[in-house]
Amino acid sequence: MEAIILQILNGLDKGSAYALIALGLTLIFGTLGVVNFAHGALFMIGAFCAVTLSRLISLSHEVAVEGKVDFLGNPATESVPYIYDWFGRATGDAIIDWAVPLSILFAIPVMMLIGVIMERGLIKHFYNRPHADQILVTFGLAIVLQEIIKYYYGANPIPTPAPDAFRGSFDFGAAMGFDPNTIIYPYWRLVYFAFAAVIIGAVFAFLQFTTFGMVVRAGMADRETVGLLGINIDRRFTIMFGLAAAVAGLAGVMYTPINSPNYHMGMDFLVLSFVVVVVGGMGSLPGAVLAGFLLGILESFASMGAVLEVLPGLNQIIIYLVAIIILLTRPRGLMGRKGVMED
Amino acid sequence: MTKSNFTRRGLLKTSAIAGAGVALPTIFTAQSAHAFTNEPTGSSVTLGFNVPQSGPYADEGADELRAYELAVEHLNGGGDGGMMNTFSSKALQGNGILGKEVKYVTGDTQTKSDAARASAKSMIEKDGAIMITGGSSSGVAVAVQALCQEAGVIFMAGLTHSNDTTGKDRKANGFRHFFNSYMSGAALAPVLAANYGTDRKAYHLTADYNWGYTTEEAVKASTEAMGWETVAAVKTPLTQTDFSSYIAPVLQSGADTLVLNHYGGNMVNSLTNAVQFGLRDKQVNGKDFQIIVPLYSRLMAKGAGANVKGIFGSTNWHWSLTDEGSQAFVKSFGTKYGFPPSQAAHTTYVQALLYADAVERAGSFAPCAVAEALEDFEFDGMGNGKTLYRGADHQCFKDVLVVKGKENPDSEFDLLEVVEVTPVDQVMYSPDHPQMGGAEATLGTCNNGA
Repeated sequence: MEAIILQILNGLDKGSAYALIALGLTLIFGTLGVVNFAHGALFMIGAFCAVTLSRLISLSHEVAVEGKVDFLGNPATESVPYIYDWFGRATGDAIIDWAVPLSILFAIPVMMLIGVIMERGLIKHFYNRPHADQILVTFGLAIVLQEIIKYYYGANPIPTPAPDAFRGSFDFGAAMGFDPNTIIYPYWRLVYFAFAAVIIGAVFAFLQFTTFGMVVRAGMADRETVGLLGINIDRRFTIMFGLAAAVAGLAGVMYTPINSPNYHMGMDFLVLSFVVVVVGGMGSLPGAVLAGFLLGILESFASMGAVLEVLPGLNQIIIYLVAIIILLTRPRGLMGRKGVMED
Repeated sequence: MTKSNFTRRGLLKTSAIAGAGVALPTIFTAQSAHAFTNEPTGSSVTLGFNVPQSGPYADEGADELRAYELAVEHLNGGGDGGMMNTFSSKALQGNGILGKEVKYVTGDTQTKSDAARASAKSMIEKDGAIMITGGSSSGVAVAVQALCQEAGVIFMAGLTHSNDTTGKDRKANGFRHFFNSYMSGAALAPVLAANYGTDRKAYHLTADYNWGYTTEEAVKASTEAMGWETVAAVKTPLTQTDFSSYIAPVLQSGADTLVLNHYGGNMVNSLTNAVQFGLRDKQVNGKDFQIIVPLYSRLMAKGAGANVKGIFGSTNWHWSLTDEGSQAFVKSFGTKYGFPPSQAAHTTYVQALLYADAVERAGSFAPCAVAEALEDFEFDGMGNGKTLYRGADHQCFKDVLVVKGKENPDSEFDLLEVVEVTPVDQVMYSPDHPQMGGAEATLGTCNNGA
């Protein structure tokens, strides 16, 4: 029982990341009809927004330290962040400690801008081209973005810890009356799940309850008619691309304390997120979210020791196996609409 | 009316004889001009540095390349000479190798066996590399070593820790300076017993590939021998990034120690996840929960940040060593590049010098002569104390460092502290040890190629 609850919890945060990326992918596919293989790269760039902001607020100057030498035996210097000089050591440390949550504010405008530039600069030229061309160009773009990040930040993972307040883990076992230590879950992963729920809710609310969202939904249903009504649907779709980029970016920012970011983290998520989109049903936002959590939880169950003893290697294929079964029984995915990608 | 005497058979005979006649001189001249693959004939000799320049180990590869460039500089008489001054063999004069200027070409292994073989092949066939060296993965090392054996060039392995490189997959043309899984297990076990006691229940998470298996086997064998029990050993996919679903069940298993047989990005992520789950704050079986990382890499440990603090592991070499050789190397590397070298840089620099020295002592670039000079060669002054290049399996035997993540680092490079230098006798094993492929494992015969 404990093991099952634990794996459901595990699946939730993995599912949150899949759902957030898949949500952005579906937004772009539903509005612009573009299969965006650079979406994983946007997740990765979001994570590097957190790295960049941490570095910016830790920018320091060197101060000589008396009586200490460096590894070559020369007089040693110590890096003192400018932020200490401005706000004092205690406040400075607190700001550095909270770098990841602060990065949310930094990442939203940066990611929207990157999204809009990507759409206007490259992707709009591929609207009327076959999906294969779109996949090739966005995949190429992903590799370029990845290499740019590697050039500036190196290939090694960069530690980006959560604030001290969120270190450690919550003992669900003790809280639920099981033995202590049997169901523990890190605080930050709970924060991640809650954050994902808020973002997903916000995106749905934005599309459902605002005029802008209504026009976008109308455009997704019948782009031509909306255009004939004199509405500049292209501009709104560009903004939606920026929004989707911001969602992926925020998923990346908050993910950095879970796993130290590196330049290829986007690729690790991209393929799975596509499976999520397809299983959920191309173009269906609720489908993407549902499939994200479903596959996240299934993946966690498949990596349980007891399961692996019976079916070794299941953890590596479970997602694809489920995808095959769902597509065989429901060819349009869990919540797919008729007519999407069927022309 | 004319009558032609040409018949099909006659034509074939004539062309066969003519063909053989044309080919005859080259068959003999080829033999006499090149006694072995890529025999250097001009005033220079080319070495092939095959390191990961892209992919997840690119930073480690870049450090290897820096070390090779430094070695080439020193071999050609430039710089301060580095470890050439402390090396016990004095055959190297700083005038290249056998008087020939050392040049080099580089290849990108991408940490993929097929890409690594392709780049090594290209360096041998197109660039005329006389020796191939480098790499940051055992899969790559085993693949490239086999290629070099076939091609008839010497392979000086870079960072490869799997037993198999000089165990079941050993080759007559291949040599490894880096230590291996067996040695890590043998060196770690006594330190773990001294610090954590002999009554522990260990849970292994193991990267699902060659290196992971040999490391798990070695650590299991050596810890069980001192009384530990292995509760479970779970394989994790090499591509795994989030280890939460593997780490969460650890506490439920009743284990009080987690052994992470992971390297590189896997290690950074699994360790970070384990610390996040608060494993190290827990008490199990009345003992503090402990985590162990059998193979540490300082470059990679950096990615795990503060999570490495207090965690035991082993390493081939560390820049903080105070022996003359290590200090000379750290000084020349640090002066040239501004930061201390990694263990990958150290082993590759040493391998380049050892190769050059063996050629000098053999008086020939011929792979079999070089191999003979390296076999059972004893040396000192290269940073690990007295070292033996054992002839039976081409593995270096030297002291092994047991390290621990430093609690209060002085600088960004100061992540590990050496807790014990395990003497070589303690990590020695027989060439036919079961973990090394048993009695069937052989080097085969040396290949001069051509």
